[in-house]
Amino acid sequence: MSGSTGLLAEGQDLRIVGFLCNWCSYGGADTAGVARCEQPTDLRVIRVPCSGRIDPLFIARALISGADGVLVSGCHPRDCHYAEGNFYARRRFEMLKQFLSVTGIDPERFHYTWVSASEGQRWQDVVTSFTDRIHKLGPAPKLSGGTGYDEECLKEIAAAVALGDECPCHKEKA
Amino acid sequence: MRIGVFVCHCGSNIAATVDCPAVAEQAGTLQDVVFTTDTMYTCSEPGQNEIISAIKEQKLDGVVVASCSPRMHEATFRRALERAGLNRYMLEMANIREHVSWIGKNKPRNTIKAFELVKIAVAKLRNNNPLHANKFDVTKRVLVIGGGVAGIQAALDCADAGYQVVMVEREQSIGGKMAKIDKTFPTVDCSSCILGPKMVDVSQHENITLYAMSEVEKIEGYVGNFDVQVRKKATYVNWADCTGCGACMEKCPSKKNVDKFNEGISKCTSINIPFPQAIPKKAAIDPSGCLMLQKGKCGVCAKVCPTKCIDFEQKDEILSEKVGAVIAATGYDMFDHSVYKQYGAGQYPDVITSLQYERLMNASGPTGGHIVRPSDGKEPKKVVFVQCVGSRDPSVGRPYCSGFCCMYTAKQAVLTKDHIPDSDSYVFYMDIRSPGKGYDEFTRRAQEQYGVQYVRGRVSMIYPKGDNLIVRGADTLAGTQVEVEADLVVLAVGAESAKNAPALAEKMRISYDSYGFFMEAHPKLKPVETNTAGVYLAGSCLGPRDIPTSVGQGSAAAAKVMTLFSKDKLESDPQVSKVNASRCVGCLKCAATCPFGAIKEVTDRAGNVKAEVIETVCQGCGICTVTCPQGAIQLQHFTDNQILAEVNALCQAQLDF
Ligand code: SF4
Ligand code: SF4
Repeated sequence: MSGSTGLLAEGQDLRIVGFLCNWCSYGGADTAGVARCEQPTDLRVIRVPCSGRIDPLFIARALISGADGVLVSGCHPRDCHYAEGNFYARRRFEMLKQFLSVTGIDPERFHYTWVSASEGQRWQDVVTSFTDRIHKLGPAPKLSGGTGYDEECLKEIAAAVALGDECPCHKEKA
Repeated sequence: MRIGVFVCHCGSNIAATVDCPAVAEQAGTLQDVVFTTDTMYTCSEPGQNEIISAIKEQKLDGVVVASCSPRMHEATFRRALERAGLNRYMLEMANIREHVSWIGKNKPRNTIKAFELVKIAVAKLRNNNPLHANKFDVTKRVLVIGGGVAGIQAALDCADAGYQVVMVEREQSIGGKMAKIDKTFPTVDCSSCILGPKMVDVSQHENITLYAMSEVEKIEGYVGNFDVQVRKKATYVNWADCTGCGACMEKCPSKKNVDKFNEGISKCTSINIPFPQAIPKKAAIDPSGCLMLQKGKCGVCAKVCPTKCIDFEQKDEILSEKVGAVIAATGYDMFDHSVYKQYGAGQYPDVITSLQYERLMNASGPTGGHIVRPSDGKEPKKVVFVQCVGSRDPSVGRPYCSGFCCMYTAKQAVLTKDHIPDSDSYVFYMDIRSPGKGYDEFTRRAQEQYGVQYVRGRVSMIYPKGDNLIVRGADTLAGTQVEVEADLVVLAVGAESAKNAPALAEKMRISYDSYGFFMEAHPKLKPVETNTAGVYLAGSCLGPRDIPTSVGQGSAAAAKVMTLFSKDKLESDPQVSKVNASRCVGCLKCAATCPFGAIKEVTDRAGNVKAEVIETVCQGCGICTVTCPQGAIQLQHFTDNQILAEVNALCQAQLDF
């Protein structure tokens, strides 16, 4: 179709997924829009009612399936529309950060923060600096399949299992 | 599924930086999309009619509107869907205005982004289900927090309409700031003469229950059914018996307490009634100065009280109230001017605030309405007013205009001339802001008829010289430095948010801005509503407001409450969580995390424990959905499948055109 060439951008945006709570941060992003706070175009926002609705698995799924960065934002602590959703969120995100580094995904690609509905300016700063960070990191490396263990190790485990023995990694060193 | 996509130009708001026809055309390639178009104003009547006829003609069962923020028009388009016979939850919106066209100028990139947002919306919509609302009862009582003029107006309007009102006031009397004011601009009519009768109405209205010296401790529940806890602070006087005769005040030997009502320019007794027109007119003991409560000896008031209502053992009391709506009208506080060290505020006794000056001019004030200098009790002949103290000054964190200071300063200057005909008044100002009805005429009258000298410029410092004060500032119109020797300096202090406003906002689950003022749901179209259903706002808790605006907002908030109460049943939001009993293993982890206690334990026919959501209590946050190890409890309209579909739409396929 003729329109398709018009849709192509020079220079590619990176793929940044945002999860924003409806009450504070989505409102903050709207406020930034109303105030015409210019921002990079890489981010695409998925709206959820509360940061407490954001399953760390959504973030993991996004990063595994090719997102270059994930930005999450909710209401400031103690200002949650649902009283304490952001406290649950904070704990879950901290867990996720620990977990990301062992999966081989750079935890730097994930960032969470708090922005209120009045903080358009702050939202602009958050988006701009996170986008900068992701552009510095560059496109995310493609994750290959496999278990992440080397061949030798897998053989050892298989042998241990066959013997009904403990996993060699956990066996106490003699 | 048959989906229609409507891409809005929003005039040039979107179309200037997004190629809307291209987005619409490209959207046609998405799965299940059978109809696309781009329109000038989708929210207008022809725009909505286009959606409705497309739904009918194309037999659409889902609609994506790519336009402004859903926070703006989701309700509008949902209604359009309903008019066409579709369930309103079969709508998704792509925010291509606030999140795209207004924040970037690169049209090709914006266009791709807009298309991708449409793609997310379509992916989600393909997983949407029709949802149906349930009905629930409304408690037709309203809580009004704050008894200033805005709260009083709101309470009286609701009470006159026949609804029960619970009013909670943190001070000993209602009346707020207006009760302290002598006269009001621009009519120069007596403040307490117009407010007093309304205060009396509050106390006598059969539908109003007033709790003074009380604060809201906790608010739980949801629109139509709030449970409120009110802390009634100890007054050490049994108010049921107190007649307000004042015998205790006459005899109280402790006379050195700060008189809060008189803004600290005079002292009062430890047991006190703040002012003669106080409502309720009851005495209360300030424990900080009371000899009995501090040292255990005195008790004079208890001896002289004819009704024996003094109770030194009294404790705070917690009361419970059920209401269906809340109006917050908690007002403002005065800016703490002592930040301006160069003005010597708090240091020189004859540099006072505008509200202190108001008490000096007031016939029921500590001087009986005679304007005298705090230092030596002499009548000042030269009074200098300094405007914008704590307004329009980013260096003290107050970049906003307090709005009413220009006007009250003009009024105070005029009244000064009335009180002391041979006096001169000077006003240092930045700009005169007088946009209300009759306001500009009034400031002109101050200058032309009353000879008030207006000097345009900031005051740089105030320092003492003998008994007097030298005010040094710039006259930017004449381009010179000026010095005025003053007998008295009045600082026109600005307004700031009430102390504890953020804490109260958190209790009501509403937002507040960086200054602590409460946020309205929409600055233009929903000025007295909040994003929490059933919670409304009025007056200066939203930002500085003058009396007419506060009264108007009090009535507006009351009207909103009456609209809410005009229905016998409210519709619950069906965006609540739902348990799939066959997946639920009854661990009740969800119940433990739900902040609202919306999940109860039930047993199925086989005797297995299961979770069940109480629909009217669930607020739809989805915290439980993330908690459930089985994926058994799903927040409707934001299920795992829906959100994952969005993630997949965005991540899996790279830019494929
Ligand atoms: S957390 Fe999930 S499995 Fe456990 S009781 Fe709740 S719904 Fe059932
Ligand atoms: S969504 Fe879940 S956690 Fe949130 S209020 Fe409803 S039941 Fe409670």
